[in-house]
Parts: sequence; C-alpha cells; structure tokens
Amino acid sequence: MKVAVKVNGTERAGDVEPRVLLVDFLRTNLRLTGTHIGCDTSSCGACTVLIDGEPVKSCTVLAVQAAGRSIATVEGLAQGANLSPIQVGFHEEHGLQCGFCTPGMMLTGTALLDRNPNPTEDEIRWAISGNICRCTGYMNIVKAIQHAAMAREAANAAPREKAAAAAGGE
Amino acid sequence: MATEVHMHGRIGESIKRKEDGRFLRGKGNYLDDIELPGMLHMAILRSPHAHARVNSVETAAASAMPGVIAVVTGELMAQHKLAWMPTLSYDTQAVLATDKVRFQGQEVAAVVAETKYQAEDARDAIVVEYDVLPAVTSPQQAKEAGAALIRDDKENQKDNHIYHWEAGDQATTQAAFAKAAKVVRLHTFYPRCHPAPLETCGCIADVNGATGKATVYMTSQAPHAIRTVFALVTGLPEQNIRIISPDIGGGFGNKVPVYPGYVVATAASLLIGRPVKWVEDRNENLISTGFARDFHMTGDLALDKNGKMLALRVHLDSDNGAFFADAQPTKFKAGLFHIVTGSYDIPTAHVTADGYYTNKAPGGVAYRCSFRVTEASYLIERLVTNAAIELGMDQAELRMKNFIRPEQFPYHSATGWVYDSGDYPKAMNVALEQLGYQELRKDVEARRKKGEVTGIGIASFTEVVGAGHGAEFDILGLRMFDSAELRVHPTGKALLRMGTKSQGQGHETTFAQIVTEELGIPAADVAVEEGDTDTAPYGLGTYASRSTPVAGAATAMVARKLRDKARKIAGHLLEAAEEDLEWEIGRFYVKGSPDRGKTIQEIAFAAYTNVPEGMEAGLEGVHYYDPPNMTYPFGTYAVVVDIDKGTGQVKVRRVVAVDDCGVRINPMIVEGQIHGGLAEGYGIAFMELITFDAEGNCIGSNFMDYLLPTAWETPRFELGETVTPSPHHPLGAKGVGESPTVGSPAAYVNAVIDALSPYGVTNIDMPVTSDKVWAALRAAGVNE
Repeated sequence: MKVAVKVNGTERAGDVEPRVLLVDFLRTNLRLTGTHIGCDTSSCGACTVLIDGEPVKSCTVLAVQAAGRSIATVEGLAQGANLSPIQVGFHEEHGLQCGFCTPGMMLTGTALLDRNPNPTEDEIRWAISGNICRCTGYMNIVKAIQHAAMAREAANAAPREKAAAAAGGE
Repeated sequence: MATEVHMHGRIGESIKRKEDGRFLRGKGNYLDDIELPGMLHMAILRSPHAHARVNSVETAAASAMPGVIAVVTGELMAQHKLAWMPTLSYDTQAVLATDKVRFQGQEVAAVVAETKYQAEDARDAIVVEYDVLPAVTSPQQAKEAGAALIRDDKENQKDNHIYHWEAGDQATTQAAFAKAAKVVRLHTFYPRCHPAPLETCGCIADVNGATGKATVYMTSQAPHAIRTVFALVTGLPEQNIRIISPDIGGGFGNKVPVYPGYVVATAASLLIGRPVKWVEDRNENLISTGFARDFHMTGDLALDKNGKMLALRVHLDSDNGAFFADAQPTKFKAGLFHIVTGSYDIPTAHVTADGYYTNKAPGGVAYRCSFRVTEASYLIERLVTNAAIELGMDQAELRMKNFIRPEQFPYHSATGWVYDSGDYPKAMNVALEQLGYQELRKDVEARRKKGEVTGIGIASFTEVVGAGHGAEFDILGLRMFDSAELRVHPTGKALLRMGTKSQGQGHETTFAQIVTEELGIPAADVAVEEGDTDTAPYGLGTYASRSTPVAGAATAMVARKLRDKARKIAGHLLEAAEEDLEWEIGRFYVKGSPDRGKTIQEIAFAAYTNVPEGMEAGLEGVHYYDPPNMTYPFGTYAVVVDIDKGTGQVKVRRVVAVDDCGVRINPMIVEGQIHGGLAEGYGIAFMELITFDAEGNCIGSNFMDYLLPTAWETPRFELGETVTPSPHHPLGAKGVGESPTVGSPAAYVNAVIDALSPYGVTNIDMPVTSDKVWAALRAAGVNE
C-alpha cells in the first residue's frame, strides 16, 4: 500500500504492507533511526513520536493509520544547528545517559509543554510515566523538562518585552 | 609573562557531557540503526517448553516461504561442530537444541530472510515435535531424590548439582557460635530479576567470503573478551575477527555474555556470504538472556550480649538455570559473594555455596553489580537490621558499634578480602544528619502511637569493584587488567582509546577529563573511542564498576608516560635541563622563570617536527593497568516509608544516599549514576520479578508482567557524599555505577521491616509488593 505522511514538515511516501508498524516504516523505509524500539508492547515509550502533536507509541500504530497525518520525530526537534529548548534542557541537566529513551522522552516532554507550559513536578512525572528510563532515575529528566519550560517561557516573554519596549518608546 | 592557562574539564568539574549531541539529535548509532548492503535478517525459534525432548524439527514449509534464504537447525550447527559452545564458567551451553530443550525460550532453530517480517513469518512455519518432561524450577526441587536429570548431555553428571564452594574458616566460626549470647537467623530469597536495558541484545555478523574476515557488530559490554571467546568457539583466527560495539542502549550486565544468537548469526553469514542481523525482541530478552540473583540465602549472625558481632555463617543455594553460564571471575564459583561480612569487623566467618541446574534461563549476570556483591550486601544488611530489632537496639547504633574502624584499613576480612580504605562511621553520620534521624525516630514513635505504620531503614554497604588484580581475577584465564592508548596529535588535540565500553556511563567525558588533569589538554580536545577491537587496545570491558578503577587508572598512567616524554621535549625546546622544569597544568616552564615555558600543544607539535637527537618522534603511548587490589566504595543509605494498613501499599517518603566512591572525576555524572542505581534498586525491592509456574513457564516475560519503575512511582533522591580516596588508584577513584543498586534494596526493605516490626514481622522477600505486606499485616491481626 502507498502511504504518504508529513514527517518533520516534509512530505514522505512509501510502499508498505498493510501490517507494517509505523516505527518500522520510520526506521526502515525512511531511515529515521532516532525513533527506537524497546519493548513491542507499548510499555516503554522508546518509540514515542508525535502524531498531529499528540505523543503516540509508534510500535502500536500501523503505518497506514498515520496516512495523511503530521508526524514529529526526534530528528525534527533541532532547527539546523540550534537545539530546541527540550534538547538544551536534557543536555544542561544531564537528563540522558545511554540515550536510548531520550528521543521518546523529549517528544513526550515537548507535547506536555505545548499543552501545559508551566507544569508542576507531579504533572511532569505523570506525563512521562509511559516512558521508561533505566539509567537516570528520572530526577534529571524532570529537571530537564523544567529547564525547557523556563527557556520556552523566557523565549515567549522576550518578543513581548521587546514589543512593549518598542511601544513604550514611541 | 607566564602564559595564562585556563583549563576546562579538570577532575572534579561537572562539565556537560561530550557525547550528548548525537543522542539529542536522534543520531546515536545503536546496533539496530546499522544497515549493511545486502543485509539479511534472522529470527530465532524458541522452545515453548521448559524441559522436553526434541523429536523432530520440520523446516520444509518454512524454507519455501517468501524471502527465506536459510533455515538453521541444531543438526546443521552440529555438522559444523557449533551446536554447543563453552560458557564463561567452564560449562557448555546449547547454541541450537539437538537433544533436549532445557528452559522455556531456549534457541531451537533460526530463519534467515530478506526482511525481518519474512524471517518471523517463516519462523512460525517451523514445526517441532517435543516429548515434554517434568520441569525443575528451584534448587529445592533440583536436589530432591528422583528429580529429573537436566544435564544428561554431560557424561559424568548424575544429578543437578553444579558446584560446592566455601570461603572462610568453619572451625573458628563454629567455636565462636558456641560462645554467642545471641544468634540471629535470616532465611531470605533474593529472587530472579533481569537487567532489562531499554535496548535489547543483538548483532550483525558480516563474514567476508573473500578475505575470511568476520566483522560482528554487537551489543557487547566486553568486545575484546568476546573476540577471544569467539575465536575459541568458532576456530576462526583471532586477527580475522573484529567485534564492534556501537552505541549501547544500557547494559547493566545483560550485555556481557556470549549468546547463541551471536553464534548462529555468524555461522549463517559465513555460510550464506551476506551480512546477517539478529535483534531480539523484549520477550526474548527477558526469557533467554542473562538474568540476575536467584539466590536462596540463610545467614546466622552471632553476637555477644552487648551487640558486638562475633561470627557469621552463611549458606547459599544458587539457581543457575539450565547451563552454568555465569559471567564472573573464573576462580569464584559464587562470584564475589563471600564479601558477605560487609562493613563490619566480624572476627570469623564461614560461607558455603551450592549451585544447581534448573529448567530456567542460564547466564547469571550481575545486574548493575560486581559479581554477586549485591546479594551479599543485601543479606548482611538485612541481618543487621533484624539483629537490632531482636536485641531492641537502634539499627544505626548497632552498625556503628560493629563497623570496621577507619584505623583498621587496610582491613583483612574473615573471608580473605583486603579492603583498601574507608570511613564508615563518617558516611553513616553524614547520612543520619542529612536525614534528621534522631527527630525522625521520635516522629516515627509518635505516628505509631496514632496507629500509623511507618519506619526507617538503613543500609551501610561495602562494595568490591574494579577487578582485577589479574593474578586473582580472570575470566577463562584472561587476566582482568584494562588498557588505554593515548595519541596526541601535532596540533595538540588527542585521541584516547580504551578496552572498556560505555553503555551510558559517560566515558567520552570522564576519561577526557583524566587526560585534561594529567596532560593539560582541554577535555573538548580529547576524543574518546571504545568498542572497536581492531582499533582499541585489549581490555576486559565495562561491568562490575571497573572502568574508572581500571581503564581510568590506565588513562592516568599513559598520560603520565606522555608527560614524561613531553618534559624531555620541553627541555630541548627551552634549552634547559629536565630537572629544572616545573609542570603546571598544560605547560612546562623553567624554575624561577615562569615566562619561559612551552605549552603541551607546542610540545606536541615539536614531538612531530623537532625532537631531541636520538628521541623517537611522536607523542603516543599505551598502558595496560593491572590494579594492585580491588577498590571498596561504600556508603550509608537511609529510607523512610509509610504503609497503608488497608491496602499494604508502601510509599517511600524519603531516600538519603551518602556515597563514598573516592575521588569524583565528574560529579554530575557520578550523581546521575547514583540516581539511576537507586531507581533500579527501588524496582528490585518493590516491583521486578522473573518467576516461573510449576511447568517452568516464565512469568515476567514482557514489560506488562516484568514491572520497571516509571517516573511516577520512583522516589525523589537526596544525595550526600564523603571522600575517602583509594590509596592504590592513581587518582584515588573507586568506581560508583553499582553502589546504589548494591546498597539500596536492603535499605528499602529494612524500612518496611522496621515499619512492620511492631507487628512481629521479621521478613518479606523481594519484591515487597502490596499483597505481601497486606498479608503480613493480616497475619498479625490487623484488620483495617
């Protein structure tokens, strides 16, 4: 079957069997290997991608089900050389060790901050509770997401302040 | 004027990790991310039975399926003398079953096909006829008269007993027990669990038919050791084997052994002439690869009337599964379990251990642990807390009374260890202070009066890590040294290669910092490479917290060798005698004339352009470090729990963890390691369990049955530290990755037992689940 999806803003297409999982389509057909496979049972979250902004475990979605949808993977987080706030947060707060859960964690974290820009620690822990990390004990992942929240807030505030200053100057 | 030297990344500085960039961008290079031209995919058919005779393996239908290139059976492997392989414990293990299957999940046949989906389809078309035999699922069953004989393949094996092993002194221990005022006994089962790294195991075997070179990409924590074992197993010349460990998605011991899938994939690639990829799924990982623990332990602690420890007697029945394939120093049949006297000055001890075959997966590995020290630490720390409860003493006080005292180091333990350094009372005091122990103790009493069930648990563990020294510690005769090769390029940038292999521990940063400290080259200018046996110097790999104690020491030593040469070159450049030169980080200068100096970068350039007469060019070296002793990290962990009387649910209110791992090279990375181990320790204490039903069916074969802690239930951790350098390590470092998994399970369980002690409960085996706690409370007459 032909499948056409938008991945990280770019139209991509492939010819797959109806039974092919989205994670295999991304990894094998599109060679986007940043999305990982950890359990095959939608328990661990290593394969998390965003479909139309919602975190989804791509080991439990068929590629054909994603047809016509917009998919975000870890490869789309950075803008060229500029890391996104969530990536910066994970680096600054040592939120990754082996790196295997990291793409899924960052996408889940991004989706959380998109709907809740200022989450509490409990809200963060609940949001990422479908993503397992074996290395970090989660302490620094929580801090990484908090770091990203602050950076995003500062980035959003900056243009407003600039605009206010500009308005005040007139 | 002296050159201003600003050095980024010295020891003790929490610089951000150098390896993060590729992982943050989804550009890590894990095994399953690698695709070679013409690569085929392999799927393994596994036994549904724990114990059965294999009557026939019918492959015709599978062979005819689309995309199938080959179906490999035990019979085919036997034709190439590869149906069995040696284990790391001098036993044999079936690669593909020929006679019987001996555990559920054992490898029976394999399909090689053009795609993963095709390989799995064809696997399901293989028909195997079995005669099911009775399953043996515990050491207790294994030793019963008339128990099914599991290893009938071994000529002289008449029962299921594998080994008997002893340490310490039986006679003096017996004598001490005879005089004891109090003997405290604990029988406890440390259940089977699994390291479950988020990335499963796998390989890509690429045997070049023209050159005979076998390149095997493999999720291995110990690529060099694997290369040598591969050479021995397959008969291929070792120079024609190249093992490459790419980025590894966590290991925790699971990626130390050689698995049948590696051997089958390599044989298949050899026969077919194309690369063959095998990546296990999670179910395969949990049911067939290196498990951990499964120790049935009985400990007796003899004390005098004042609570002074007199002697320790321990017996262990170890459940080793169907093949004795434990990954541990060969000389020690039960690993380093005989460190079981722990942090205490116990004059005499006697440890006996017996290993048994069962119809369970083989390959006991140390799940984030130095060869079974976790089980030892758990037993002694649980015993000490139980002793305190029985004696009516405070847990902290009983520990303090019996600690090995700082002035006793180096300390010779009753079972033959020489502890390098420690200050146990100090670590305990820091932990109690940080916890606010005295106040909390009062608070616990007040809450109990109100009917609450709450308690505090303490564990003061001693680890034993950093194997070798090579004379005592070897794996199949390979001495457990490790290595570092350092090349400083003409522009002053450097390449460091080691025999270890990071699985997330941050080696690319930590080991660069050692070069920074020793040679003054900024960490950003030091590339660290590991895992390719064609390029890295020989080493025994990363497990048992040995990388910093051994390869880290090798790195310091090789850097010092280069610094010695750099001094000679600097003398030549500055026209000064060597002994007239002073070293400060990053440069040599002439004593008394700090402005007359040469930086390490200038010296490196001269090493390739302007060396003194008679000196070899270049600034490169290699060092093989065989440590004089193990290192002994330690610490005190304290946990506070609250228990819901109605449901048995345990809530961990606080975790204070004070670690002493000697000198910390990158404190941020060290703390990250501790966080991770405390979380895994929490999982082991409360959630993780691989168990079996009477037929030997594995319960815990996926992440819905084998429960790993998520961010939601994992407690918040409060860390503290003391620093007692190792006297024999060149940097004073001891290793830390496993301390928290070694120390924390006992602290968690001791807190539960302390909470339940008013109800007469003295033990609950891990995992301490709500139903067990609920049942214990009900048995004590609590009916709320």
